[in-house]
Amino acid sequence: MARKRPPSRLWSLAGLALLLVLWEAGHRIWGPLVLPGLAETGVTLWRMIAEGMVAPALAQTAGNAGMGWAAGAAAGMIAGTLAGLRPEAQRALQPVAVVLLGIPAIAWVVLALLWFGGRWAVVFTVAVATGPLVFAAAVAGVHSLDGGLIRMAQAFRVPLGARLAHMHLPHMLVHVFPALATTLAMSWKVSVMAELLAGAGGIGDGLATARAHVDTAAMMGWVLVVVAVLVAVDLALLQPLQRRMVHWRDDGRGVGA
Amino acid sequence: MTAPLRLEGVEFAHDGKPVLRGLDLSLRAGTITALMGPSGCGKSTLIALAAGLLTPDAGRVARRCARLGIVFQDPALLPWKTALGNVGFALRGLGLGRAERRARARAMLEAVGLDPGDAGKFPRQLSGGMRQRVALARALAVEPDLLLCDEPFAVLDAEPRRALWQLLRQIRERTGLTMLVVTHDRDEATAEADCLAVMDKGRIVPSGQPGAG
Repeated sequence: MARKRPPSRLWSLAGLALLLVLWEAGHRIWGPLVLPGLAETGVTLWRMIAEGMVAPALAQTAGNAGMGWAAGAAAGMIAGTLAGLRPEAQRALQPVAVVLLGIPAIAWVVLALLWFGGRWAVVFTVAVATGPLVFAAAVAGVHSLDGGLIRMAQAFRVPLGARLAHMHLPHMLVHVFPALATTLAMSWKVSVMAELLAGAGGIGDGLATARAHVDTAAMMGWVLVVVAVLVAVDLALLQPLQRRMVHWRDDGRGVGA
Repeated sequence: MTAPLRLEGVEFAHDGKPVLRGLDLSLRAGTITALMGPSGCGKSTLIALAAGLLTPDAGRVARRCARLGIVFQDPALLPWKTALGNVGFALRGLGLGRAERRARARAMLEAVGLDPGDAGKFPRQLSGGMRQRVALARALAVEPDLLLCDEPFAVLDAEPRRALWQLLRQIRERTGLTMLVVTHDRDEATAEADCLAVMDKGRIVPSGQPGAG
């Protein structure tokens, strides 16, 4: 049966164009203080870049988000794998993950500011928001491995290291990758929010300064920077990685049969 | 001569329901034994016990072999590895280097009738019959002295079945391989096997030589 052709990319452009039209319409209705126009925002963003405000802030936020995400993802993977393999560990860790998931990120920011302060409050908040989501995906990844494959590896006496590297890990990645991608995007948003409250530099700090100056155009400029980074990471990193990882699948996301 | 596989008084239950009830079976070295019986009589359980994948509730399973090969009813191929990679995966248990693993895997895939071009394909790109050939190649690549097969050729047409049986017999002649093969096909069992074991109600019932009953 012939596979249905995906819709044209023009539809994506049409959606973006609609968003920009609504933005400009909002600007004309409510004025520049509430919503600056496209041109004003563009000019302000260019000025921020030219004045050297954007690059250091971007680097700091990337560092905070990256460190927190890496720590949270590693902890989630290790704990999730352990919980997936040992029912006792799952019994012990599952309620912890549920409790951590239930605490809003903003509450973590407030607590982390008291406990650590500065950029480490940001890193901690990102890590604690990332860990439980990766944990849940890792548990599902371990549980969903076909028992037939495990028996096959046992029967052929494949060493544990080879089993982990060539059987468990590739299978886990399929389940964990969406969680890693989601939390990577989330880590930027949480990082910006935490920076805004912590005043520890980064894009969030830039947003806080723009808010203090009631500079809505600068605020929109910072928002555009975050969105641009997320889109770039998705297009340049996550989508190619996903295509590379699932090329053996037969659900239309891999190569043709 | 010592039996490569001997099961004595083996009992096994799934979720409290008895599957094997005091089963005795002994394989003669260098022979092909066909195992037959109605669906659900415990043939796959027997294979799993013989492979050491299950532990009997009572009785004894004695396996005297250096290397075990097994072909499951389901090919149990890693979907993210190519045919070549799947055969190579089993060879990791022998501690061979990468080049030797690949060479041995490639040769065995060819021996079971897979085109060289198919060695680089993923399981989803292969037909059911080709997947089963990959599973057989994987089992034979480890150069087993005991081969357990759970309906290995069920999805194949008559001609390739005959060809693979011929291959197994050639390997048996050359290496003295002992085989236990589950099959539903009495004609096949009669034509290809040296001994016939028939299971019923969790036990081996007397059957004699192939064609005897």
